[in-house]
Amino acid sequence: MAEIKLMKGNEVIAEAAIRCGCDGYFGYPITPQSEIMETLMAREPWKETGMVVLQAESEIAAINMVYGAAATGKKAMTSSSSPGISLKQEGLTYLAGAELPCLIVDVVRGGPGLGTIQPAQSDYFQATRGGGHGDYHLLVLAPASVQEMNDFVALGFELAFKYRNPVMILADGVIGQMMEKVRLDEYVPRWSDADIERVAGEWALTGKRKERERHVATSLELDAYKQEEFNHKLQAKYRRMEEHDTRHEELSCDDAEYIFVAYGSSARVCQKSVQLCREQGIKAGLFRPITLYPFPKRPLQALSRRAKGFLAVEMSAGQMIEDVRLAINGTVPAEHFGRYGGVIPTPDEIVEALKRQIIKT
Amino acid sequence: MTEEIIIAGFGGQGVLSMGKILAYSGIMQDQEVAWMPSYGPEMRGGTANVTVILSDERISSPVLTRYDTAIILNQQSMDKFEEAVKAGGTLIYDPNGITREPARDDINTFKIEAARLAAESGNPKIFNMIVLGAFLKVKPIVILDNVEKGLEKSLPARHHHLIPVNVEAIRVGMTRVEKA
Repeated sequence: MAEIKLMKGNEVIAEAAIRCGCDGYFGYPITPQSEIMETLMAREPWKETGMVVLQAESEIAAINMVYGAAATGKKAMTSSSSPGISLKQEGLTYLAGAELPCLIVDVVRGGPGLGTIQPAQSDYFQATRGGGHGDYHLLVLAPASVQEMNDFVALGFELAFKYRNPVMILADGVIGQMMEKVRLDEYVPRWSDADIERVAGEWALTGKRKERERHVATSLELDAYKQEEFNHKLQAKYRRMEEHDTRHEELSCDDAEYIFVAYGSSARVCQKSVQLCREQGIKAGLFRPITLYPFPKRPLQALSRRAKGFLAVEMSAGQMIEDVRLAINGTVPAEHFGRYGGVIPTPDEIVEALKRQIIKT
Repeated sequence: MTEEIIIAGFGGQGVLSMGKILAYSGIMQDQEVAWMPSYGPEMRGGTANVTVILSDERISSPVLTRYDTAIILNQQSMDKFEEAVKAGGTLIYDPNGITREPARDDINTFKIEAARLAAESGNPKIFNMIVLGAFLKVKPIVILDNVEKGLEKSLPARHHHLIPVNVEAIRVGMTRVEKA
């Protein structure tokens, strides 16, 4: 029988990593996600599954340890919160450039700078537009519950290896600190050398044998034409992601005239706003992007053919709204409502914002 | 059934752990649960509060401004959350540490002398379980058997010998809660 527990989102990330056969976690503590490494250290998975857990000397060291482990075909991950994720950006673009699969967890807090330790969604641009230099993207998953914090760890690794691309779980302080009921996964053994050969044998650095060419993990190519060709390959990969692995959820959208677009904890607050709207006779629904990159623009486009307007609700000054507007392309009104700097919007003020900005009554 | 609860008091009163035990009890009863603490640069003696939601359905916002029940354990929390109780909702408070009695007449108000009862018993740590008992008497949304299982789940094994003391404290709260 599946194990059901009451856990914090952060704790679940650690538990799910152990259970899905993760080989190594490399991190550096920062609020509001320190429970991830605390839980791992308390669980001592190196005794149980052989998983390595290492507190590095800095965020930069941690992401480069991930690079090293990922290059050998191992399931490697790190986690941090906004200021720490900024430090990791160089490593992330190198990982994307070397096409190395790995999992990054970002439990976002308010910024800019050191900002606040309270929840925010102000790092949407950083997560979805690349964050580091160069034409690259991470595949970004946005959990809205503790259960999804669990589910997206195994899914994240699966997608990372499917596309040979870093995957980010973009959470926030609410999802990280909240406890909910969670159904834990069964244990999956860590990959053996033969498993790695099967999954990543074409590229992983596993020691050169006579019968094959040398594998090199690098993002350097001095020949511009070859580098352009490589960029074409990356872009083709991003189009495949968009085709096959765009995820979203619609709640009460079937008859909705007005639709909130929100991800993560904002989507949870909006669920309440939908209920409040319906009690007042306003036909509201919720469109929740689950992958932020690739953004689920086609299903949103489809809804725009019958909805009267959209309100993007984010704990930011307006970032995801740009993707919403690109999807809808001016056909119906799409506005933004946000609280930020660590403030969480309330269900009531979101309803008021819908009336004020979209319904205009 | 959906019950949205705020438990608010001082850090150190056991507000968060009481919420956790309530949430675990809900799980034992096959309910959906959410437990959302106010978190921040807080410390012992500062205010602490936690939102607990138990529901038969998928839970929406873990961050709320209106509650079915407010459990209020100090004056600061009374000032902040009395108005946040939905009309027809429930307010439970401990008069110790309250300087202004709640005034609303559109809600059901109950008091529990948990601090005094805990002090008299010689074990001040059972304070939060007395409060939990008061809540469960007024809002029997989880049965005591499931609370006991919830205690087993939320306490580490080395503390399991304390479960009978806690269950007894819950019973005391159930008996001593009174309409205000």
